[in-house]
Amino acid sequence: MSRPDNAAFYRRMLRIRRFEETVLDLFPRGLFYGTTHTYIGQEANAVGVLAWLREGDIVVSNHRCHGHFLAYGGSMRSLAAELMGRSTGVCGGRGGSQHIQWRDFYANGILGGTVPMAAGMASTEKLKEGDKMVFSFMGDGTLGEGVVYETLNIAALGAFPILFIVENNRYAQSTPTRLNLAGEIPDRFKAFGIPVESIDSTDVVEIHEAIEPMLKYVREKNGPAAFVVHTYRFAPHSKGDDSRDPEEIARYRTKDPLPIQAERLEEANQREIQESVEMEVADAFEQAESDPAAEPASLTSPLGKSQ
Amino acid sequence: MTTILESLNRGLRTCLEESDRVYVIGEDVLDPYGGAFKVTRGLSTDYPEHVITTPVSEAGIVGVGVGMALRGLFPVIEIMFGDFISLTVDQLINHAAKFRWMSNDQVRVPLVVRTPMGGRRGYGPTHSQSLEKHLLGAPGLRVVAATALGDAGELLRKAVLEDEDPVLFLEHKVLYAKPIIAHDELSDFEVDVSDDPYPTYRLRIAGAPTPVITLTAYGYSAELAREAVKRLAYEHEIFSDLIVPTHLSPFELSDLFSAVRQTKRLLTVEEGTMTLGWGAEVIARALEELGAGLHAQRVAAGDMPIPAAGLLETAVLPQVEDIIEAAVALSEAN
Repeated sequence: MSRPDNAAFYRRMLRIRRFEETVLDLFPRGLFYGTTHTYIGQEANAVGVLAWLREGDIVVSNHRCHGHFLAYGGSMRSLAAELMGRSTGVCGGRGGSQHIQWRDFYANGILGGTVPMAAGMASTEKLKEGDKMVFSFMGDGTLGEGVVYETLNIAALGAFPILFIVENNRYAQSTPTRLNLAGEIPDRFKAFGIPVESIDSTDVVEIHEAIEPMLKYVREKNGPAAFVVHTYRFAPHSKGDDSRDPEEIARYRTKDPLPIQAERLEEANQREIQESVEMEVADAFEQAESDPAAEPASLTSPLGKSQ
Repeated sequence: MTTILESLNRGLRTCLEESDRVYVIGEDVLDPYGGAFKVTRGLSTDYPEHVITTPVSEAGIVGVGVGMALRGLFPVIEIMFGDFISLTVDQLINHAAKFRWMSNDQVRVPLVVRTPMGGRRGYGPTHSQSLEKHLLGAPGLRVVAATALGDAGELLRKAVLEDEDPVLFLEHKVLYAKPIIAHDELSDFEVDVSDDPYPTYRLRIAGAPTPVITLTAYGYSAELAREAVKRLAYEHEIFSDLIVPTHLSPFELSDLFSAVRQTKRLLTVEEGTMTLGWGAEVIARALEELGAGLHAQRVAAGDMPIPAAGLLETAVLPQVEDIIEAAVALSEAN
């Protein structure tokens, strides 16, 4: 697969950044109900990793799924509509920010719970003798969930075609990794004989290249592999719940993935991309806002019966 | 004579024969062991690619099953003891039961999780429970209970091949060795079977006067209730009918309501603990449906863990005598 050019990388990251910033900007206007977990600062991960996606590959995401969804190719407008509780939303307003299902993209808000599911999807691909693989995203906080290790064992035993991507943004909600994560993250995969690569970077090109050996390993049906990206989120865990040291945030802001990638482009090219993304974001939110609300009459009983 | 165990084994075999999308998955399910209760015996020999043994990871394997089901397979997961279902509850409630609905019906989860519930074998507090009450009423999760009154294997086959939603399929350890009862062998009873995919059975003493009490029970408790119905008739001249659902959740109670509409007396029998249990919900719904004038009572396990010692276990779990005693009291209520 040829690497996306620098402009495509920049555009994809900027789409996520501007979508997420717009969500946070619009929250006080009361357009959204509930909460959200933004991906600001981590864009290079989804974009760098999912640039390797092939048609029919499966992506399993988590509560912080907007970036993964947009990098997967999901529509900005239907994601905005989902967040606004519109009938045109990805899941008709039933799922909201954390529960997105579209084509071969699945997200759920239970940390770790989706990991065995992702492995089951990979096992299905193996049983079907297909050539698809699963990209399973998790954060450092999810490494506290026991079912993850059940899954690593099962996936390694069965040699399932799955790539576990750990986005270590150094905080599980408000708790720094030093208070909740013993040892080193890669060792948790090595214990199951799962090969792992790590990178401490916010450079989309570096991330994209660093994951390649693990992808090759998975695609050649040697079984699961893992990729750990040490990253940082610039925005709060959800909306207004940030207790981190502002100086620390400012320090990481100097490694913002967007300017790093922008520097590889001519200024005119940057501006052109920025303008077109601005328009796309404005259109998406405007259209979503004018879409009809999801109606209570659309609610159905699961299993076709009242419980 | 076919036992419930043989019937279930045959049901799984039929599934494997009929569809190459079926995978039987669980701990120790391979031959020669064939599963802790031998339900899967012989299957891995004949279908080696479709019977998969797993690590001791109940949450993990049910999660894997959810993923397989979402991608078009028909996984059947065995959880060795019903008590271990607690380890799978996140996968059942937050994943299996939710995905179809929260995706706005874009996907299906045709997963079956089978497990033996129940005590009366002296296995003590963590290998004897009937934990299904904690999962009844979970939106999106179907709960089905095998009974001796019908072909358990066929019930399981329907759950595996014909149901596109997740099913928790309850077996009972004591039922395994029992024969499936052909209805013509039930010479004391008249039996009606509803035509639902997961049927409800209605039994009454053949040729008896109009019933004055309706009993309802599922699984092995239905066998105890059936014995009680007989003895109530022959020893106490109290005539009753017995409603045995196999479809526990969503609650499928129309046959029960039509029986109780006549008797106005309802006795529920279950092996789970009494408080906030199946019987409580059944009675609440009967009351809503039928209004005032309903007399009701529950027979259930005591609200405590199930002790290991035989005498103690018998004291905690409902027995035929408990059912008879409650029915006699209920028949006198006015």
